[in-house]
Amino acid sequence: MGEFRPRIVVFACNWCSYAGADLAGVSRMQYPPTTRVIRVMCSGRVTPGFILESFRQGADGVLVTGCHPGDCHYISGNEKALATVERTKRLLHLLGLETDRLRLEWISAAEGARFARVMTQFTEQVRALGPSPLTEHATRSTQYATRDTPHHR
Amino acid sequence: MAFEEILRQTRSLLCLDCGKCTGTCPVTRVDPTYSPRATIERVLAGRPEELINNDHLWACLTCRLCTTRCPSGVDYPAFVVAARVQARGTGVEGTYAHNAVMQELMGLMTLPVKQNRTGWVSGQMRTAAQGEDFYFVGCLPYFDVIFADLGVVSTEVARNTVRLLNRLGITPVVSDDERCCGSDLLLNGDEVGFRRLAELNVRTIAESGAKRVIFSCPECYNAFRNDYPRVIGPLPFEVVHLTELLAEHVGELGLGGLEETVTYHDPCRLGRYQGIYEEPRALIQAIPGLELVEMRKNRAQGLCCGTTGWVNCGQCAKGIQITRLRQAQATGATRMITACPKCRIHFTCALNDVGEEIPIEVEDLTGLLARSMEE
Ligand code: SF4
Ligand code: SF4
Ligand code: SF4
Ligand code: FES
Repeated sequence: MGEFRPRIVVFACNWCSYAGADLAGVSRMQYPPTTRVIRVMCSGRVTPGFILESFRQGADGVLVTGCHPGDCHYISGNEKALATVERTKRLLHLLGLETDRLRLEWISAAEGARFARVMTQFTEQVRALGPSPLTEHATRSTQYATRDTPHHR
Repeated sequence: MAFEEILRQTRSLLCLDCGKCTGTCPVTRVDPTYSPRATIERVLAGRPEELINNDHLWACLTCRLCTTRCPSGVDYPAFVVAARVQARGTGVEGTYAHNAVMQELMGLMTLPVKQNRTGWVSGQMRTAAQGEDFYFVGCLPYFDVIFADLGVVSTEVARNTVRLLNRLGITPVVSDDERCCGSDLLLNGDEVGFRRLAELNVRTIAESGAKRVIFSCPECYNAFRNDYPRVIGPLPFEVVHLTELLAEHVGELGLGGLEETVTYHDPCRLGRYQGIYEEPRALIQAIPGLELVEMRKNRAQGLCCGTTGWVNCGQCAKGIQITRLRQAQATGATRMITACPKCRIHFTCALNDVGEEIPIEVEDLTGLLARSMEE
């Protein structure tokens, strides 16, 4: 059996964490190829629905990243993100998923090294938990295929 | 199902174009461009795509108020739900409330999750893993998390239900493997997900050895009573709403006096869908000292709580909710009692918006009965 390579969805805010990821990239820092980064304008844009949808589509872990407290481009979006992550952890617990599969981190545009370190640590954390109990069933069930391109009217 | 078939099954073919539905519809009151009559007319004229690609498809509350007036017996809400299934098949969905968190949870519950949803059970309550009676709790534990900001603790309903059942000598089964009943998924047009949840729930209940399932939520009850048999066939157990069961044994509850004036809001799925109007009223009136006053619109004419299926909540919903709360206020009651956890959430949401302007409290019937039992 091959080594378990977790699938991790990372939400990164446009103004800090995404730039931090860029810096890690252009500085050629090494971190595991387990992540799929989704850029959002602010960590405050991430909703419980986004996080749950990630798990439903087969994520083994979800990482929400934003600007450090006081640095959010929209003043308090990251405070909202903190509340969202706490709330979603409670939902994950009800659903029987380990709350450690979800993590929140503040990463600034200057912290490329920190971005790489957090990715490595979180990958280890998720690897220790093993595959999400939902993964084999969650990936692309035909029932939700239409959800990829919803037309909200 | 093709649209011709939907028109036939829901009797929409017999529409007389009289407009009584539009005249009664609470949505039309707030949004005059909304017309169930005109919608049927467009589909009858062979243009179903005009419905599928129209927001009005998601505006219907499926409250059934129009069906109480229609001279031809057209089942407009059933027509709408069938049309939503069609729409979803072409990739069209409504605009979901709360960023679709309910839809996500319902979707996740179709997967092999091992939930922890019975954390609300506390020490003094008697519950079981196997037994004759199954208490179907519904998604109350999830509501507690999602609506924490509203200050609504939905699992109170579950705790009070168990207390009431225990008082009658019933030790109900509660299960971590219960799923969402799927009623809202069906309202969103997801028949596949609905069927999956129905199968999982029926299996869980059957494995508990239950012969009877007791519901505190009218939507779960209606799903089991009306929709499950239609979609997955006859159920291997009996279903009963808590108010029906309690009304039969009201003398054994030991209700104590409460000096209050309350009014009662009929949830659409308990009232118009199941015809349960008198049982909740009998329970309220069994409380010594309590006065029940009726709203101008009650029983079969009762107004909906303004939003269903966690879809399309907005200005229109708020308008309907405020109208209903004003009707309650006009009775002089201090509390509006409802028997549906979702009605309670939606009304509390509207009350939070208007603040002091409407000084009325929304309470679940189980809460009222539990308070009276403690007296
Ligand atoms: S079911 Fe209710 S909301 Fe829908 S058209 Fe009829 S009256 Fe209007
Ligand atoms: S009330 Fe019935 S017959 Fe009249 S327009 Fe509406 S659906 Fe048609
Ligand atoms: S009324 Fe409030 S709680 Fe209910 S769906 Fe609308 S926004 Fe959500
Ligand atoms: S912009 Fe980075 S968290 Fe708000």
